[in-house]
Amino acid sequence: MAECVGGSSHTMDKSITLPPDQIFRNLENAKRFAIDIGGSLTKLAYYSTVQHKVAKVRSFDHTAKEAPSDKLYEISMQEEVTARLHFIKFENAYIETCLDFIKDHLVNTETKVIKATGGGAHKFKELIEKKLGLKVDKEDEMTCLIKGCNFVLKNIPHEAFVYARHADSEFRFQTTNPDIFPYLLVNIGSGVSIVKVESEDKFERIGGSSIGGGTFWGLGALLTKTKRFDELLQLASKGQHTNVDMLVKDIYGGSYGCLGLTGDLIASSFGKSATADKDFCKEDMAKSLLHMISNDIGQLACLYAKLHGLSRVYFGGFFIRGHPVTMHTITYSINFFTKGEVQALFLRHEGYLGAIGAFLKGAEEDNPNQYSWGENYAGSSGLMSVSPEMNPLQRARSGTFDMLEMDRLERQLVNLPLLQDPSSYIPDTMDLTEDAPAREYWLYCFEEALDGVVKRAVASQPDPQEAAARAEKFCQKYRHKLQTLRHQPFAYGSLTVRSLLDTREHCLNEFNFPDPYSKIKQRENDSALKYFQKAVKALEQLSWEDRQFALVRGVLAGNVFDWGAKAVSDVLESDPEFGFEEAKRQLEVRPWLVDCFDRWLERLKGPPHKCALFFVDNSGVDIILGVMPFVRELLSRGTEVVLASNSGPALNDVTNGELQILTERIAAMDPVIRSGLKEDRLTLVQSGSSSPCLDLSRLDKVLAMVVRERQTDLVIIEGMGRAIHTNYHAMLSCESLKMAVLKNSWLADRLGGKLFSVVFKYEVPAGKC
Amino acid sequence: EKLKILTFPWFGMDIGGTLVKLVYFEPKDITAEEEQEEVENLKSIRRYLTSNTAYGKSGIRDVHLELQELTLDGRTGNLHFIRFPTHDLPAFLQMGRDKHFSSLHTTLCATGGGAYKFESDFRRMADLELHKLDELDCLVRGVLYIDSVVSWGASECYYFENPTDPEQCVQKPYNLENPYPLLLVNIGSGVSILAVYSENNYKRVTGTSLGGGTFLGLCCLLTGCSTFEEALQMASEGESTRVDKLVRDIYGGDYERFGLPGWAVASSFGNMMSKEKRESVSKEDLARATLVTITNNIGSITRMCALNESIERVVFVGNFLRVNTLSMKLLAYAMDYWSKGQLKALFLRHEGYFGAVGALLELLHRT
Repeated sequence: MAECVGGSSHTMDKSITLPPDQIFRNLENAKRFAIDIGGSLTKLAYYSTVQHKVAKVRSFDHTAKEAPSDKLYEISMQEEVTARLHFIKFENAYIETCLDFIKDHLVNTETKVIKATGGGAHKFKELIEKKLGLKVDKEDEMTCLIKGCNFVLKNIPHEAFVYARHADSEFRFQTTNPDIFPYLLVNIGSGVSIVKVESEDKFERIGGSSIGGGTFWGLGALLTKTKRFDELLQLASKGQHTNVDMLVKDIYGGSYGCLGLTGDLIASSFGKSATADKDFCKEDMAKSLLHMISNDIGQLACLYAKLHGLSRVYFGGFFIRGHPVTMHTITYSINFFTKGEVQALFLRHEGYLGAIGAFLKGAEEDNPNQYSWGENYAGSSGLMSVSPEMNPLQRARSGTFDMLEMDRLERQLVNLPLLQDPSSYIPDTMDLTEDAPAREYWLYCFEEALDGVVKRAVASQPDPQEAAARAEKFCQKYRHKLQTLRHQPFAYGSLTVRSLLDTREHCLNEFNFPDPYSKIKQRENDSALKYFQKAVKALEQLSWEDRQFALVRGVLAGNVFDWGAKAVSDVLESDPEFGFEEAKRQLEVRPWLVDCFDRWLERLKGPPHKCALFFVDNSGVDIILGVMPFVRELLSRGTEVVLASNSGPALNDVTNGELQILTERIAAMDPVIRSGLKEDRLTLVQSGSSSPCLDLSRLDKVLAMVVRERQTDLVIIEGMGRAIHTNYHAMLSCESLKMAVLKNSWLADRLGGKLFSVVFKYEVPAGKC
Repeated sequence: EKLKILTFPWFGMDIGGTLVKLVYFEPKDITAEEEQEEVENLKSIRRYLTSNTAYGKSGIRDVHLELQELTLDGRTGNLHFIRFPTHDLPAFLQMGRDKHFSSLHTTLCATGGGAYKFESDFRRMADLELHKLDELDCLVRGVLYIDSVVSWGASECYYFENPTDPEQCVQKPYNLENPYPLLLVNIGSGVSILAVYSENNYKRVTGTSLGGGTFLGLCCLLTGCSTFEEALQMASEGESTRVDKLVRDIYGGDYERFGLPGWAVASSFGNMMSKEKRESVSKEDLARATLVTITNNIGSITRMCALNESIERVVFVGNFLRVNTLSMKLLAYAMDYWSKGQLKALFLRHEGYFGAVGALLELLHRT
């Protein structure tokens, strides 16, 4: 039901804590506004186009005589325009100030209409129309809510979570299931609406209840003389409901054993206030009321879930909105009534659903649902714990602004069709939200590496002085993110090595350092290319069996060349002559830490694979001297190869753009690669990612299509980021090979190995041996 | 013959969270011979119970529920229905002690949570041993028994005809000849919902803590009243729409998108979020809103259970419904309206006494 405009008496100092240009970012390129005004919070949404620099590579024409250097390609910085969604949440008290700011900075005059939803929309209609000169166009609240919910569930990994107050980590994030439908949304505003959502456009309010947030607030205000919702929750968190409620043990003296009703179960809410002639304290009554309402909603939700056979139940509305107390009582109630069969799920961006939905309604002609979107960690505030007892400092943030930014991705992202069970696939090997020592280590590690990153970022830019100032801003922002994550590891979903890396990439992009490693990659690609033919020749002289081993060792040794790894980046920087041969010598001798080589060799004696999908890692020695000879061998065996590389830059990983040029160059030298390309047996595809890690549930749609068309029966994943930090435990429906060298001693230690230990994991799914 | 005389008096007792329900069988076919042999304190107890309609400060005999000329286990007599608040149980025990109840060597069959909680008090204060019985077993047995024996007189079971039309809504007898399957909703301090498939086959589907105790508890806190009757009286004089936020308060009329009528309550006590409205409502309004909130909530949980269990007949019992026509009509209305006529709400005259009757039946089974 409608979120109610109840607490009208907020007298709040109207100063804005953050400079407004850091809140309403990029307003000059903004269009399509939407606003959702609730009982106490306003959520504003708009769309902007963001101009930012991207690094592009362009091949030199090597046939032409005037090739300016022996470099293979040139790097240029280009301006690219991408789309971004901005969502800002602030207290209703700031509406006027915010509207003024927007009016002053709004350049775009095409915008004529603002979509509005929420219970408070009518109240502020005139103000908005007057201030912004836009026509307010009201949208149905529930429709907006559902649209917003579908959007975040589809586009934001780790959007949904289970709440466990006393567990190691308060929030347990759920993996994104590509099939988000059907689900039940229980929206607890002043009343409760229970909505069954079956598809993007099909939903139905299957029930509801009048006992909701308004009952807690209204009845609570009557009972305790406390006016504000937050204060009532505070009271409730301090009370003892057993002083007011009649428990089973108050009636039975103990438990009601034969029904399995424990003594502590509430038999009659407020039952004690009916029999005793005494005063009850506010806290106890508030707690009793909270339990009564949460249990009732939980029970109804379970009855509806059961009747409609639904197991995914999301809770939202102002009663829930990040309040640990209500999330806890609802979770408890659901567990009680379903005996664990249904889990209560909550959403990180629950407060934004209405605004997102209203925005999407207005943007239908841009067809935002046609694209995939990604949460921009640099521009989003992240989830904070509002638990008052947890961190009083965090509470001070209410009264300020919360932001969510989402970038439109160039391509639609889908699952790798070869995942054994997409719904249970978790990319990340380690969850740093739960693993405190690992979290400590990695946060420290990323902080330590920051100076080096800054140095390289500056070096990648034409004007070092100007770049230094930007780099300093980047450094501050990322350091601040790391600090936030230290206190709120759950801010952006599960904290993982991947999310730490991605956050860094987002922050670098934010300050226009699109590719700090571009020059290093260029240099290394150039020098490695010179050795390609020699390396291939050496391999060809080996016996078949020796060659298979040498090829694997080549990939592994190549993978030692990694600027992203702590141990190696020291060596790489101090000793540029660190050679391929030396890298091979550094490798662990067999048996490796994980050693499936013998089985792999046996497999190679059998029939060739139909098609191999190879997720590649670093540029330079890795791709040119390690991966390419391996690919060459696969092609010679009659196996088609699909090389998947990043769409955008991340560390020194080879990008699709670079790989195109490198492959053409190699094809010019090597007949096997050449005919592979020509006959379309060797294909280069983009992964859709710009991360040093790999999420197999968010890959370019084209890649998925190619994989399906070619009947891919082997997946090769290379490198620490893609095969260790992520996907180490990924189960595929075809054969898979995961190859990596452990270049981090802490991680090696964790896995029971040592520095330069080798993981060579060859897996065949059960039933396909 | 002698054995049976020895087992008099016949009592069945249900000690709930709020009320103690006592049923007493008064034999009317006592022969002169029996009368002579009857010990003095048994006579005194019988006289005390049957010649009074109120006991002590708070004990009440529901005379209108008395079942006369009932044949039970070969004896004919009257069944009396007595209740008193659970917190007055000590006074009851004191009376039992004063009247030397224990000297009668009777078995006292008791059900309800209090049978467990107060077992030692019975022993200590009145020297009585309780035979404890499961409350739901007793409830089901009691309902089926009373319904079977009362078919001759004023019908035990009734319903409301035209529940959605306040002008035309009238109470009508209902013949519960083939009762199964049946959803039995017992509204005492809390609520239990049972699905009954036959006399010996039933299950507890669910329950809720929002029951009669919640109504009275909240009313006491909100209005300062202290009895159920007072609370009901206030509720009958109040207007819940001043307290509750209705669909039309939010949408100006019906919320057509979801087929919600404007008069439906969107948020119970929702208007009380506003300070001005808090100051303008009366105690009567608050009592009425509390009654409506609790009743409708029981209605919607019941409806969901009926759907989940595929049962179309619902029998509401329990002392929350005593002299509470408001709630009964609301339940009748809610069942009918939200199920589009699929569900029928039924009520029983002896609303709160079935557990105690079941306990009495168990006593006879034992001998």
